[in-house]
Order: sequence, then structure tokens, then C-alpha cells
Amino acid sequence: MVDQGPFYHRDRSWHPPAFTPNYKTSVLRSPQQALLSLDNTISEMTGPVFGHDRIGPLDNDLLRNFAKTGDPIGQRIVVYGRVLDENGRPVPGALLEFWQANAGGRYRHKKETYLAAIDPNFGGCGRTITDEDGRYWFRTVKPGAYPWPNGVNDWRPAHIHFSVFGHAFAQRLITQMYFEGDPMIWQDPIVMTIPDKAGIEQLIAALDRQNTLPMDALAYKFDIVLRGRRSTMFENRMEGN
Amino acid sequence: MVQKLGFLKESPSQTAGPYVHIGTNPNWVEITGVWKEDLGLVLVAPETKGERVIIKGHVYDGAGDPLKDALIEIWQADAEGLYNSPQERRGRADPHFVGWGRQPADGTTGEYRFETIKPGRVPYSDGRLMAPHITFWIVARGINTGLHTRMYFSDEEAANAECPVLGRIAHKARVPTLIATRGEENGLPTYTFDIHLQGEKETVFFDI
Repeated sequence: MVDQGPFYHRDRSWHPPAFTPNYKTSVLRSPQQALLSLDNTISEMTGPVFGHDRIGPLDNDLLRNFAKTGDPIGQRIVVYGRVLDENGRPVPGALLEFWQANAGGRYRHKKETYLAAIDPNFGGCGRTITDEDGRYWFRTVKPGAYPWPNGVNDWRPAHIHFSVFGHAFAQRLITQMYFEGDPMIWQDPIVMTIPDKAGIEQLIAALDRQNTLPMDALAYKFDIVLRGRRSTMFENRMEGN
Repeated sequence: MVQKLGFLKESPSQTAGPYVHIGTNPNWVEITGVWKEDLGLVLVAPETKGERVIIKGHVYDGAGDPLKDALIEIWQADAEGLYNSPQERRGRADPHFVGWGRQPADGTTGEYRFETIKPGRVPYSDGRLMAPHITFWIVARGINTGLHTRMYFSDEEAANAECPVLGRIAHKARVPTLIATRGEENGLPTYTFDIHLQGEKETVFFDI
């Protein structure tokens, strides 16, 4: 059964390590002791599931869900993709939440003081739930690059944050999506926390001219992969564990 | 060359960043009108079965300062030890208890706080019972991959002593980092669970 086995262990050499000193905040926020490896228990192999009834009609439309007087200013884009597991199987019913800066790189957050202007018609948050084939999409404006106090002249590449719920707490993931062709990706200390170039490339959405809407919005494709489950073929496990 | 196994790689994690609340708690950062309420703030309804408890604490960095931008999620069983999840095969969980909560640390003090119920015991993979526990997941600026840990209860000494997961911790001096201290607030049992990311009192984090 696809839905029952324990998860493949997380490849910690593929994910960023905790201590990445070029990203300065990680220095005091990284555990120094080794993680305790634990075979999955039912506490991690289960997780919350959210019904489609939680989602409002504009939740995946950042062009409209905060609009007061008109559309936000910026490059109109559609972001779409699939949520899959490591076995390549779709993950239906996955809640995705996303957030981003506006076209000028300004976040709508009370602690944010960057001088680029707030857009009165842009909130910057959205969410959706994948369909039975694991597909999702939303529309928004392309976020701008954003300066941050790390090095004296560090800028984040254009990015959209994603929070993903699969079917189990062990699959819980937060990541960031970057845009094809952005030269700043390779200069960013947060991107560069990922050790493997192929891992970084996995977070770069591809410009998709086929699905671009003529005279309306560019399309970017961004697939997300969550941990897959081991089949239980050689294990004598109690049902449900 | 041999046959390709054909597995995909998991999408690499990235930090949630300082503005995670825009996506997870928009109302809390005054982005109102997009959705009615932030997800995960309320765990308990009047119909929920079980003993009401408050879980609170701080997340501290390696300098001993509380994180004021952390986001904490919890996942737990109901009062009978059943999870409200399609993967739960042992029975049907309390329909009035989702078992998942999410709270931002307070922007001024760094305190987080959940009002929930005390979970029942659930079995380890070999069938032995684990002690009552709540699974925690912590993200924040500066944390590249979300941190998993567990909270246990100080008034469950016997169960804690036989918990197979706590038994896996080789350095026994680190076991107390997972045990929340019981107190009382307005007649409700309160458990304080402080999480130390780094240093002398570093919390045990799991690779699960």
C-alpha cells in the first residue's frame, strides 16, 4: 500500500545543513548536537489533512485576493506544477501556502521597513490544495529582488516561499521557488546553503511559453517533491504502524 | 551501467524567513480580508474530549535570546491516543479534534502558547506504548530545515521511563530537554516547554 509504509529517510546531504555561516542568522540558530535518528512511528507517519472546503475562490489569486482599487502593479504570472513523492506518484489533497514580496521587492509585514513602496492592491499570500493528480496553480505578480542585512550588499533573488503539507507530519516542508535565468540565484547565501547544484536547480521554476496566456500572463512551472513511502514487503509490521 | 532506480529527489528545504507569517498567519500581520482566520490557532472545541492543558514556552538561540519570529506547529493524538489522519488504521479519532496547531512566537516576548488537550498514549513500531507526547516542528529565519522534536509531560514519570523513544537517547542527561514542566494557570494545568536551538541546554532534535 502506497499510503502505509514508513518514509524514505531524508537525504541530509541534499538538504542544506543547519550551520551555514554565510547565511549569518544560521550561526546561532543551528543545533550543534547530532540529530537523533528515529525510525518512523505513527506520530510522524500521520498528519493533518485539510478539506477543499477550507479554500475560498480567490485564495489562489494574488491578483485579486487583496485588491482594493484595481490590480496590483507588476509582471502578471501564473505558477503551476504538481506535488509528487519520491516514487513519482502524485500527492493529491496537499495544502500549499505561498507568500512573497510585491513587484518592487517589498513585503507587507509589520516588521519590514524596506523603502520600496507597498502596493495597495497586493497582499502577498495565497493557498491552494492539489487535485487528484497532484496539480496546483495560482496567479500573482512576479516578485522583485529584495535587499537584506546579511552582507553589506546582499540581495535575495526573486522568490516565492512555499509551505507544503503532504499526508504525514514527516513530509512537512518549507522551501522557496526561484525563476529561470535569474543571475542573482547563484550569488545568494540562502540559495547557496544547498550543497548540490542539482538541488538548487530543483528549486528553479521553468518559464513555460506553451502555457503562457497570450496578452495576459507568463507561466512558470514548479514541481515539488515530498518524501516517498517504502513498501512494507519485507517487514512484519503491525497493521497501522 | 546498472538499471536506474528512478526515484525523484525531495525538494530541498529553505528557510521560512522572517516573514513566514504572511503566508501562514496573514491576519496576525494585519493582512486582513484574504482569509477569515489563520489556520491552526484553535485546537479545542467545547465537544472535544480530554483534559484541557496549556502548552507554552520560548525558543532560544545559542546566545540565550528568545526567537521573536519563530513559527511553531504541533501534531498530537486525541485523548484516546488516536490520530485524526487517513493513515490512522487503529480506530476513529475524536471528530472534534484535528490534533494540529500552529502559533507564531509573540513578536515582543517570543512566547508561544497552545491551548489543547493532553494526548493519550500511542504505540511505537514494535507495539510497546510510547509516553504521551506532542510532536513539534519549528521553523524560523536562520533555520534552513524545519526542526522536529517532541514534548513529554513531567507528571508522566512512569510512562516516560518506559518510552522506547526516550530510551533511544544515548546521553541520559539530554532526556530532560524534552520534558515540559507542569504548573498551573487559572486552574488549568500548564506545561512549559522551552526549546534551546544550541548550546548547553540544547534540545534533542530528531531526524525522523
